[in-house]
Amino acid sequence: MASKKGESRVKVFLDWCKGCGICAAFCPSKVLSVDKQGKIRVDHEDECINCGFCEIHCPDFAIMVYPREERPPFEANIDDVAPATREELHKIRNSNSK
Amino acid sequence: MAKVTQLIHNYLRHSKRFPHVFCPGCGHGIVLGSLIRSIDSMGLAKDDVVLVAGIGCSGRIPVYVDFNTIHTTHGRALTFATGIKLANPRLKVIVVMGDGDALSIGGNHLIHAARRNIGVTALVLNNHIYGMTGGQSSCTTPTGSFSTTTPFGQLEDEFDISRVAKVCGASFVARTTVMQASAMDSLISEAVMHPGFGLVEILSPCHTQYGRKNRFKTCVDMYKWLQKSSPPLEKYRELTPEKQEKAIATGIFEKKDCEGLEEKYARMRRNLRGER
Repeated sequence: MASKKGESRVKVFLDWCKGCGICAAFCPSKVLSVDKQGKIRVDHEDECINCGFCEIHCPDFAIMVYPREERPPFEANIDDVAPATREELHKIRNSNSK
Repeated sequence: MAKVTQLIHNYLRHSKRFPHVFCPGCGHGIVLGSLIRSIDSMGLAKDDVVLVAGIGCSGRIPVYVDFNTIHTTHGRALTFATGIKLANPRLKVIVVMGDGDALSIGGNHLIHAARRNIGVTALVLNNHIYGMTGGQSSCTTPTGSFSTTTPFGQLEDEFDISRVAKVCGASFVARTTVMQASAMDSLISEAVMHPGFGLVEILSPCHTQYGRKNRFKTCVDMYKWLQKSSPPLEKYRELTPEKQEKAIATGIFEKKDCEGLEEKYARMRRNLRGER
């Protein structure tokens, strides 16, 4: 599961994040931190070793690690998008067409 | 890893207003994710799984997942589950209960479900307190710790859920914590696949009600405490008796092969009909 540094990207779904700080506290390479607004911020994305701790220990399913080469899931085809952001994307699309 | 998040979203009911109701730092969300991952890894169809829950914070878990779900009366989740399993033994019935729901209000039902060895899996989410109703001390509050009803420290001894289930005759008993999420996945799968009554006790911290009164400044402190004080069973046995008192052993405590009540019942029906 673990891979070399700089091979993965980290995405936080801010709408779902409650800022408990579990991912930031237990991240082995200190990629994440809690910002002043009480949400998780990705500080050093290049340091991520893709251990997957944050993803399976996030109580709110608000964080995702994916390979760097892949297209970011939240900008891809709307049907492939994580449903967490799908509704937001629909809203943006509808407001643009009007 | 992104597939894990995608997989979880396949099972959630997105009409149910996310993010979910659990407080920041509550472990119940981790259990929800783990439950979904383990059911997916077993390859069970959504229609073959029944999730039963009682009252309490843990009772919100079935609301968010797209299985057959039922939210029952306080403490009686196991009785509903017994009925469902006997009526349709094909279904995999998983009961999600809190510590108060399982051992205080529904203690009687837990004992007898374990004695009958009905093929139901019980997940007991132990947060050491009545979280939803305002932090009253429950039967699992550790001796000496504080809560709204024990401002000078709990005097009574606490229940050991796994030991109760083991003594009552459950065929699979295990304990884990939310800090060991991948171990929790495999334990839940094993408990669901095991014939007979399976019980998995999951230590899930409640910072809002328990942690703040017991010198845990943040919820992260509670998770660090869980990580430190829950050694695997092999390591726990090597500790000195003084250290054993403070530690909580995790792992599989009981695993015996015996058929569940629903199998015995099916066999009896076949015999009475004269079939072989």
